[in-house]
Amino acid sequence: MFDLTGKSALITGASGGIGGAIATALHEAGATVGLSGTREAPLQELAETLGERAHVLPCNLSDAQAVDALPKQAAEAMGSVDILINNAGITADNIFMRMSDDEWDRVINVNLTSSMRLCRAVIRPMMKARWGRIVNVTSVVGVTGNGGQVNYAASKAGMIGMTKSIAQEVASRGITANCIAPGFITTAMTDKLNDKQKDGIMGAIPAGRMGTGEEIASAALYLSSAESGYVTGQTLHVNGGMAMI
Amino acid sequence: MSDIADRVKKIVVEHLSVEEEKVTENASFIDDLGADSLDTVELVMAFEEEFGIEIPDDAAETIQSFGDAVSFIQKNV
Repeated sequence: MFDLTGKSALITGASGGIGGAIATALHEAGATVGLSGTREAPLQELAETLGERAHVLPCNLSDAQAVDALPKQAAEAMGSVDILINNAGITADNIFMRMSDDEWDRVINVNLTSSMRLCRAVIRPMMKARWGRIVNVTSVVGVTGNGGQVNYAASKAGMIGMTKSIAQEVASRGITANCIAPGFITTAMTDKLNDKQKDGIMGAIPAGRMGTGEEIASAALYLSSAESGYVTGQTLHVNGGMAMI
Repeated sequence: MSDIADRVKKIVVEHLSVEEEKVTENASFIDDLGADSLDTVELVMAFEEEFGIEIPDDAAETIQSFGDAVSFIQKNV
């Protein structure tokens, strides 16, 4: 089950905790992986750990031209892009009253607009191939909202609506588009929280712990596989029960 | 009938699974040949491949019928 031999996957944000875990899981399942991210050094490091079938494709997702060029570079390196994992995301938290246009624009641009550009670019070859998997990594706060993250929550909710609409358009061509909505996952982002914040979070998670990147990666592997072909337009919540939607 | 028209017709017949007789000069892909909007995009992609040309999106939108496709390709091939 979940054999990705012969498939090529482009993963954005592969230098981060969740993205790295997703790339590792897809690679283990036999896929060729294109590791994208802003910082080249951690991507190189991951590629070396993975060995064969791993390509480093640095890209600054706030640069529209670079984003448009990325799928082409990925297809040149790997032969095709059968699986797209839009995992990269940034935050620029602030209370809403103080949120600047710049904070809003940056987050919407990287999280939502760049995902849209990448989806749009890979859809055409996927339609020709009559097969494709798009997995957009959103967030629990895109559904529940979160004070201090108006921009981030809006970008993540936007991804869900976008994914559902893409899913409807291309379902008849063997292409699925789904979201994964992680809750609190142990990453560099959540390591920065202090103990008091962590205690507060734990109290809200029935599982009583944060999730791991590997637990998100398992969901991504499923949604990238042939076996999930009848699942499309869905949001898979992986959050230890903190929001049951 | 020109070679281009024959090749275009073959693509349309195969892609939309319609009878050759139905693919007339004025046959609209959507209204007469049962295409949906995705089919029209795929037809344009198939024309691009067959004739080695690039059909920009704004031009693709004007290709609504078999005749439109043939005349566009004749001008641009």
